[in-house]
Amino acid sequence: MPASQAGRRGFESHRPLSAGPVAPLERRGFCLGAAGLPLVVSRRIFPTPPTVAIRLEHAEHNPAFLWRNPEPKPSYDVVIVGGGLHGLSTAYYLARNHGITNVAVVERGWLGNGNAVRNTTVIRSNYLREESMPLYEFSLQLWSTFGQELDHDVLFDPRGMLTLTHSRGEAAAARRTVYANRLHGIDAEWLEPAEVKQYCPIVNISPDVRYPVYGASLQARAGIARHDAVVFGLARAASALGVDLIQGCEVTGFNIVDGAVRGVQTTRGRIAAGRVGLVGAGRTTLLTTMAGFDVPIQSYPLQALVSEIFDQVLPCVVMSGALHVYVSQAHKGELVMGASRDNYLSYAQRGSFHLIESQIQAALELYPIMKRAHVLRTWAGIVDMSPDASPIIGTTPVRDLYLNCGWGTGGFKATPASGWVFAHTLATGEPHALNAPFRLDRFETGALIDEHGAGVSAH
Amino acid sequence: MKRLESGGSIRRDEELSFWYDGKRYTGFAGDTLASALLGAGVHVLGSSVSLGRPRGIMAARLEEATGFVQLVTPDATEPLVRASAVALYEGLVAESRIVRGYVEEREDSARFDKRYAHCDICVIGAGPAGLMAARVAVAAGARVVVVEADPAPGGALLRDDVTIAGTTGAAWVHSTWEALGSADDCRLLTDATVMTSLDHGGLMVLQRIGRQLAVRERGGLPEMRLWQIRARRTILATGMLERPIVFQDNDRPGIMLASAAREYLARYALAPEAGVVFTSTDDGYRTALAWHRAGARVAAVVDPRHQGGGALRDAVRACGVRCITGVVEGSGADAEGRLATVRVHTARGIETLRADVLAVSGGYEPASLLHTERKGRTRYDAWWAAAVPDVPLPGEGIAGGVRGVASLAACLADGARAAVEALGVLGLAIAPMETPVVDEVSESEPAQLWRVPAPDGDESRSFVDLHRDATVAGVSRAVNAGATHIEHIKRYTLIGTGVEQGRAAKTNSGVLAAVLTGRDVSAVGTSGGRPPVEPMLFAALAGRASRERFVPVRTTGIHPSHEALSAVFEPAGQWLRPSRYPRPGETVAGTVGRECRAVRYSVGLMDASTLGKIDVRGPDATWFLEQLYVNGIGSIPVGKGRYSAMCRMDGSLLDDGLVLRLEENRYFVTASTGHAAAVVDWMEEWLQTEWPERRVWVTPVTEQFATVAIVGPRAREVMTVLAPGIDLSRGAFPFLAIRHGTVAGMEGAMVARVSFSGELAFEVSVPWDRGQTLWAAAMSAGSPWRITPYGLDALQVLRMEKGYIIIGQDTEATTTPYDAGLGWMVSKKKAFVGKRSLARPAMLRPDRAQLVGFVTEDPEVVLPEGAGLVREVHEPPMVIEGHVSSTAYSATLGRSLGLALVRGGRARLGERLFAPVEHGVIPVMLVDPVHVDPEGKKRDGWEDTDR
Repeated sequence: MPASQAGRRGFESHRPLSAGPVAPLERRGFCLGAAGLPLVVSRRIFPTPPTVAIRLEHAEHNPAFLWRNPEPKPSYDVVIVGGGLHGLSTAYYLARNHGITNVAVVERGWLGNGNAVRNTTVIRSNYLREESMPLYEFSLQLWSTFGQELDHDVLFDPRGMLTLTHSRGEAAAARRTVYANRLHGIDAEWLEPAEVKQYCPIVNISPDVRYPVYGASLQARAGIARHDAVVFGLARAASALGVDLIQGCEVTGFNIVDGAVRGVQTTRGRIAAGRVGLVGAGRTTLLTTMAGFDVPIQSYPLQALVSEIFDQVLPCVVMSGALHVYVSQAHKGELVMGASRDNYLSYAQRGSFHLIESQIQAALELYPIMKRAHVLRTWAGIVDMSPDASPIIGTTPVRDLYLNCGWGTGGFKATPASGWVFAHTLATGEPHALNAPFRLDRFETGALIDEHGAGVSAH
Repeated sequence: MKRLESGGSIRRDEELSFWYDGKRYTGFAGDTLASALLGAGVHVLGSSVSLGRPRGIMAARLEEATGFVQLVTPDATEPLVRASAVALYEGLVAESRIVRGYVEEREDSARFDKRYAHCDICVIGAGPAGLMAARVAVAAGARVVVVEADPAPGGALLRDDVTIAGTTGAAWVHSTWEALGSADDCRLLTDATVMTSLDHGGLMVLQRIGRQLAVRERGGLPEMRLWQIRARRTILATGMLERPIVFQDNDRPGIMLASAAREYLARYALAPEAGVVFTSTDDGYRTALAWHRAGARVAAVVDPRHQGGGALRDAVRACGVRCITGVVEGSGADAEGRLATVRVHTARGIETLRADVLAVSGGYEPASLLHTERKGRTRYDAWWAAAVPDVPLPGEGIAGGVRGVASLAACLADGARAAVEALGVLGLAIAPMETPVVDEVSESEPAQLWRVPAPDGDESRSFVDLHRDATVAGVSRAVNAGATHIEHIKRYTLIGTGVEQGRAAKTNSGVLAAVLTGRDVSAVGTSGGRPPVEPMLFAALAGRASRERFVPVRTTGIHPSHEALSAVFEPAGQWLRPSRYPRPGETVAGTVGRECRAVRYSVGLMDASTLGKIDVRGPDATWFLEQLYVNGIGSIPVGKGRYSAMCRMDGSLLDDGLVLRLEENRYFVTASTGHAAAVVDWMEEWLQTEWPERRVWVTPVTEQFATVAIVGPRAREVMTVLAPGIDLSRGAFPFLAIRHGTVAGMEGAMVARVSFSGELAFEVSVPWDRGQTLWAAAMSAGSPWRITPYGLDALQVLRMEKGYIIIGQDTEATTTPYDAGLGWMVSKKKAFVGKRSLARPAMLRPDRAQLVGFVTEDPEVVLPEGAGLVREVHEPPMVIEGHVSSTAYSATLGRSLGLALVRGGRARLGERLFAPVEHGVIPVMLVDPVHVDPEGKKRDGWEDTDR
C-alpha cells in the first residue's frame, strides 16, 4: 500500500505492510512466510495492461447450418421449458454428457429472446461464498474452451474486470472477496488507484470527483463473450446432437399425476415428458404458479444500453457498485453498459429512464472520455431475483419437475456450468455436487448463500 | 448533384466555410452538413464496414444509413453524427468516419441542460397531421407542446408542392406555426426529437440548441437540452419513412431516397446533372416533376407497374419526361465510385442510362418506434406493405401518416380527429374548426416491390442494410441455416445493428425472409426497434450532474467548524464526515492516538449530527415499535432510552440504534448514518402496506437536530459548565436517560446519556442551525480539560476497544442478533418482524458465523479488513473459517485489535487462526470483543471525578 494511503485504513503506520507504490503485483503475491510455498500462483499483470484484439463480427462467421426446426413429437424423455442460454446449455449437456438426446426445448418466442440477448455478457468467477466460488469458477473454466467445444467462436475474451470501490467500507468488502477468492485458488488482485489507472487508463482517478476511486479488485481472467454467438453455438450443437428446439411454443400448463409431472400443455399441443426442467428466468414465477407451487423469486427490469461503434478505448470490463454502472467495450467497438435494476417488480421488458440518466452521469464521472459517445439503443431484461442473490437449482415439490432459476443479474456467465449441473440433475434425479447447496428449500431452512455483496448491482 | 443558381431556403448571401477531411469547402447558411457536402461535390463519404465499398448520403432524415461523420469542434470530437442532422456553421470541421468513430478526452466546455414540462396534449411531429392537431387543441384552450425534430416545421410539406386553403403548403405551415406560437399556452420545440416514450404520458425529448454556434457565441445557451415532458395525452404524428428498393449495386453514392432527393431540391437547391427515378409508388413521380420544374435533366422514371402511375405519371409525361415500365436491376460507377449509370430492365430488354442521381422509392412505412417500443400493437397494411400502428396505447393518440393515412387531406382531417378525441378525454370544450381544403391528385396503388433479382444471380452486392453491409445473399444464407425468425436473421446478418438501427432495411429484410421461407409477409414481421429514436449524446443525458451535482454533498450544521480545524473528511454515503483533526507535523497514527487518549483520559467531542434521527409518534407508536424492534419497547419509561436492533423478515440484522421515549406516545429513534433512509423506508413500508389502520406517524428529523457528543471522564465537568440548570449527577441523570433543558444558553436542548465509546458521554441535540453555537460553547467550556474534537478514525478505535459493532461492517446480510452477540436483547415474550425466521434450523446451527474479537500475535500488526481466516494454511482451496470485519490499532492498549465473523466463533475463543495476506501469514487469537471496561463502569459514570 503506498505511503500516501497510509492511515486511510488506520493500520499501516505501525509496521508498514506496503511494498511501495505501484509495485508489480507478483512481488506482492501471497506467500507462506518461512516455507515459501506459494498459496496462489500470482499472475503478472503489470506493466502490461490488456490489449484487446479487435475481432470484427461478420455474418460470414456464422455457421452455414444452425438448427432444425422440427414439429414437436408427442413425447420426450426430457422437456426443457425455456430456450434461453441456460435451457439450451442444459439440453446440450444432457445430450453430450449423459447421452440423453430424446429432449425437447420448448420456447414461447424465439431461441434466446429473453435475457440471452439483453445482458451485458460479463463473465467472471470472483464470487464470495464457498458454495458459489466453485460453481462460477467451473463455469469460467468451461468458457475458456467453450468455442472449441461448440465448434463455434463465441468470442470469449478474458480481458479482465475491475471492480471499483469508492470508500473504506466498500474497499473492505471488495478485499474480503479478493482474499476469499485467493484462498480458493481463484485469481484476484487488489489495485490501488494508480494501479487502476495503469490497468485501465481511461478511468478518472482524480480526487476532484464526487466519489474518488479508492481502489479496485481485479479478476484478470474475467471477460466478455458475444451473446448471439453463444445462442447460435449452443443451439446448433444441441440440435446436431438430436435435441428438438421448438420455438413459438408456449407452455400453458403441466400434466401432474399423483404429485409427479407427466408432461406439458403448450400452444402447440400436449407433450408428454419423463422429466421436465424449468429454465424460465424472469418468467419462472408464471410457470411455477401453473405447476402449483411458489418460489421466492421477484422479477425486476434491469436496463442496459449500447453506444455507437468507436475505436477501442476500454481494455477491460469495469464496474462500480456504488455508482451503479458497469461497462465494457465489445469486440465491434460499441460500449455495452449496465445499470442497477429498477425498483419496481415487472414482467414488462422496459425500465425507468431516470436510471439511464444516472448511469450515464456515473459513467462520465469515471470516464470523461465518453462524454461525446451516444446511447444507441436501450432495453431491459427481466431478472429473477432470489432472496440471497444466488440461483435455485434442483428438485421441486412436484416429482420429476426440476427448477433452475434465480440467476438474477448474473446468469450469462453461468451458462455452461448451469447447463452442466442442471443436466446432471435432470439425468440422475440428484444434484451435482456443485449445485447441491442451491436447493429450493434453503429459504425454509435458512441455509442461505448470500451473494448480495459480491453481486453489488452486477453481474 | 449540383447546386442550382436559385431556389431553396438557403441564405445565399451568407457563405460559410467548413472543412471536411482537411479540405476547405463552402456552403450557405441554412444548409445542413449533408446538403453542403452534396453542394460542394463531396459525394463519397467513406468506405463500408466490411466490404470497403464507397458510400455517400442516401437520405435527408432518419432513414440515413451511411451519411455519418466524425464532427470535430474546438473543444470536442463526436463520433458518427448524421450529416443531415447538423446545421452548417462557420468553421465546422468533420472527418470521414461513416461506420466507426472515435472518442477523445478534451476540455469540453459545452453545457447541457435539463428541463421539465407538463401539458394537456403533446403533439409529436409538426407535419400536416400534427399541425392540424395542435391547432384544434390550442383552439380548445388546452395546454399544448408541439415537438418537431427538424429545425423547421412542416414535415413533408417542406418538400412537396401542394395547395392548402388556397395557398402554398409552405405558406400554410408558416401561418399555422405563427398562430400556434402566439397562443397563450402552446410551447413549440423545433430541432427537438422525442427520443423515447414512457408510460403515463412521459416523453424524453432532446432539443439541439447551440451546436451550430461557435463556443464563444453560445453565451448562456446550452448545446442541447433534455426535456422530460409529462403529457396527459400524446398525439403521435411522426409521419412516415421512405424505404428503398434492393437491387444489385444499390449502394453507390448518388442513389438516394426519392423523398430525400426532393427535399434536397426544395430546401437546398440541389439537383442532379441527370437524374433517374425508380419508383413503385406514385409519390416517386413527384421527384421527377420537381427536378423537371427546377430545370434539371430527368433521364427517365422507371416504374414496375404496368397499369400504374395515375395522374402524377400523366403530369410527368406531359412534361416530356420519359416513363419506362420496368425495373432498375443494377448500376455502374465512375472512377471515384459514384453512380454513373443505371441498368434498366424492361420487357423489351436491357437499357443503360447515364445518371448521377438515382432517386428510389419503394414505398413508405410509419415512423412508429414511439408506439412499438412500448409493445404497441401493429397491423399489417397491404397498401403500404408495412406494419402500421393499430390500437393506441393508453393516453396515446395516433394521427396521419404514422397511422397509414395516405392523402394530405386525410392527414389534416386525421390530425383534427385525434385532437378532438384527446380533448374529449380531457373534458375540454371543442371549438368547431374546418379542415382546410386541399388541392391534390389521387394516387394509385403502389406496387409491392422490395427487391429486384440480380441479373447474374450474384446477390452478394444487393444491399439490404447499407450500414452493416448486409446483402440478399446474407439473408438467404441465414434462412438456409435455419434462422426463420426475423430476430435470428437480424442477429445472423447484423441487419439493423448499426447506428441508425437499420431503419431503411427493416421491412425489406422481413419481406425477403418471408419470400425465402415461403411465408406470408405479415407473419414474419420486422425486428422491433429499441429506443431512443436517434442516438443520444451521453453528455446530454448527464446534463450538469457531475461532481457535487451528481450526488449532493451533505454536510452538517457544524461543518464550517470542522473545516476551521483542518479536519480530513471522508465520504459516508452522501455525507462528508471528519475522519480526524490533524495538527501540523502530526502523523496519522499520532492524530488518532491523541484523539483517543483525550476521550479515554479527559474529554473529547464529536459531531454526531449525521446519525439518523426519526420521530415516531401516535397512539399506536409503542405497538408499532414493538413489531419492528427485537426487544421490549413498552417497558421503556418515559425519559429513558434503550439500545435496540431491528431484523429483516429473514431474521437478519437491519440496523441498531437507540429508542428514546420522550412521551407516552412519542419516541425519538436513532439509526446508523448509512441506514437512516432505509430505516424510515422500512417503517413506512410496514405502515403503508401491512398496518395502514394504525395511527403512527414517522418523520425523519435527522436534519432538524445538530448533535454533539461530549465524551470522556471529564464530560460531566464540561456539561456542568454548559448546562448549569440540569442536574447531571449520577443519581439524577443515569445512563440511557434523557433530559431537556437549557444548554449553552439554548432552551429546549435534549441531552441523552448514551455512549458509543464506552466512556461517560452526553449527546446534546439542538436545532440544526444552532449546531455551531453548541460546538463553540462546548469547545470553550471544555478548554480547561483540553477538550479534543475526534473523528471517525478515533471512533473506530474507541468502539472497537469496547467491542461495539457497526451493522453492515461487522455483520453481513445473514447475520442475526444472536450471531452478532446481541442475543441478550431479543425478547422471548413478544412477536417482532423476523422472529419466526430466527427459529429456522439453519439459524440454530452451532457453526454459524458469529462475531468475535481477535488479537494478532504480533501486537504491532494490523490486519487489513476483509482478510480471510483459516485454520491451516495449505494449497488452495482452503476452508475459510471466517473473515476480519474491523481492525484498528489501539494506542491506549498498545496493540492492534480486530473483530471477525468466525464459524462457530463464540465457542472458539482462545483458538489460533491464520490470516494469509499479501505479506505473509499472520497468526491471530480469537478473544472476547470487549477489551475496555467490560463492567461498564466508565460508561455508567462510576470512574469519573468524585461526584
